[in-house]
Amino acid sequence: MKLPIRVILTAAAASALLVACASKTKPIPPASDSSRETDRVTQPADNGGKYKVGDLDTDSCLRQRVVYFDFNMTDIKPQFQAAISCHAAYLRQFPGARVTLEGNADERGTREYNLGLGERRGNAVSGALGSAGASASQLNTVSYGEERPVCKDHSEDCWQKNRRVEVVYTSKQ
Amino acid sequence: MTITTLARTVIVFLLIFSGAVAAQGLSSDVPTIDIKNGTASATPIAVVPFAFDGGMPPETDVADVIRADLNRCGQFRALAKNDIIEFPTRGEEIKFATWNMLKQAYIVVGREAQAGNGEVRVEFELFDVAKQQRLQGLAISGQPSDLRGVAHQIADLIYEKITGVRGAFWTRIAYVTSKGTGNNVAYALMVADSDGFNPQTVVNSRQPLMSPAWSPDGRKLAYVSFERGNSSIYIQEIATGSREVVSANKGINGAPSFSPDGSRLALALSNGINPDIYVMDLASRHLTQVTKHFAIDTEPTWTPDGQTLVFTSDRSGKAQLYTAPLSGADATRITFAGESNARATVSYDGKKIAMAQGNGNVYRIAVLDRASGEAKPISPGSLDESPSFAPNASMILYAASEGSRGVLYAVSADGRVRQRLVLADGDVREPAWSPYRQRGQ
Repeated sequence: MKLPIRVILTAAAASALLVACASKTKPIPPASDSSRETDRVTQPADNGGKYKVGDLDTDSCLRQRVVYFDFNMTDIKPQFQAAISCHAAYLRQFPGARVTLEGNADERGTREYNLGLGERRGNAVSGALGSAGASASQLNTVSYGEERPVCKDHSEDCWQKNRRVEVVYTSKQ
Repeated sequence: MTITTLARTVIVFLLIFSGAVAAQGLSSDVPTIDIKNGTASATPIAVVPFAFDGGMPPETDVADVIRADLNRCGQFRALAKNDIIEFPTRGEEIKFATWNMLKQAYIVVGREAQAGNGEVRVEFELFDVAKQQRLQGLAISGQPSDLRGVAHQIADLIYEKITGVRGAFWTRIAYVTSKGTGNNVAYALMVADSDGFNPQTVVNSRQPLMSPAWSPDGRKLAYVSFERGNSSIYIQEIATGSREVVSANKGINGAPSFSPDGSRLALALSNGINPDIYVMDLASRHLTQVTKHFAIDTEPTWTPDGQTLVFTSDRSGKAQLYTAPLSGADATRITFAGESNARATVSYDGKKIAMAQGNGNVYRIAVLDRASGEAKPISPGSLDESPSFAPNASMILYAASEGSRGVLYAVSADGRVRQRLVLADGDVREPAWSPYRQRGQ
């Protein structure tokens, strides 16, 4: 159990570092679709361990599989905490379930740097799931950097969709 | 090859002068080069069409290729083919008064003839017009299919005779292409001549390919592929296609860079935590850790003496360039202008470092002079990245963004002359300029 602690500490250190540097940079407006994200949080965070496998496809909280980030940031915004709690609860309930956290970045910054940034984001989500009770053996992180954009325009509208971690179930139970 | 056939090929060239930006606009039509703007200090040179003795002339017009090479390096201004009014093919036929009147500093004449074993023998002579003096007279032979290569070698010899610096036209470039969107993207690692001609596929993949790096002998490429589900580093022999995985650890396996002697590979490994710089001995695969920091350390590249790595780190908050000795001693920050600086390419003499410099949402290529510490932007785009020096540091290749696709530019090291290399379809990025070629490669 050494690994998850290191992951969490690293993610925490990285977040602290980035928060510290943020004051030097021009603030980037947060995701514009915050209203939609707020709607998603109305689902209860944890239903007390009563998930069924099929809920992955039907439960509105478990169906949230993407966590979005601010520019060059890796801290998880409050509107995504509920979804992380749901996935952690599911992973606790099904010890055989496995997820890969696919970290991604927008196109700004160099490609190899963005591989590192995507990994930081993946590790941040992995750390949050671990803190909420998922086991380290259930969590895997892969960074794609800026290589797998969902949107290819050169605008903040597009960039905010690419700064993401996708929660991908490789085993459901 | 005529202008018309050139225009029909998949590759379109445009020359844009930063003095009077977009002299040719961005249309994909005529690959002519406007030499009237922006390059007043470039040396005027006439390259007269070469004669062909016996049989059908080859498809490649050697003089056209030489003219295009000399123009795109920024140091020469080749007299346009249409402005050539006399056609001497050997020294004794040159009427120097004519070329003096046309204000040409140098003139090149030449001729081609069938040689044995199917080869074409190309002879050329270079003259100083004012002194009426022969500076050079040589012959190079090659297969008819490789006449562009022969022409690039002649351009290299002319360049070296006049400037004193070895030419780098007979070199190659590697780059990554992607076509398609969503889950249906096809990636390829390509190699082409330095002017973009003769593209050949090195490897195809349905998963992302990144960060090609040349071995110093020009025979191999190291690159990052996601075809195993996570980033892994491969080394592939270009001629045979044989390849091997040299790094597939947990987490990031990225940013490969061969040492100047080819025996080691610098790379970035995260082990699932955060990337640090390592050096791998390629014979034993033994790894030595060079940096150890909770920041992102990546994009290592070697100084020419093989003793120091230049790399990107965000340990100060944003990405900046640092140097670190292989001994593992402390890293030293070397970039201070610009909000961020990343992905260094070091000139052959170690005196200049080009990098992607970010200010707000604008990323441009800048060249850092190591002696003065001054960094000068040399590209005008908004998302320019992945600079790569030519082996003689006369030019820099980089990737730029146009609409939703990536294109490549070659820019003279002083930023005055830029040429756009467009491959017909898809996204083109991450160019890497090869070392000097060896004969038979």
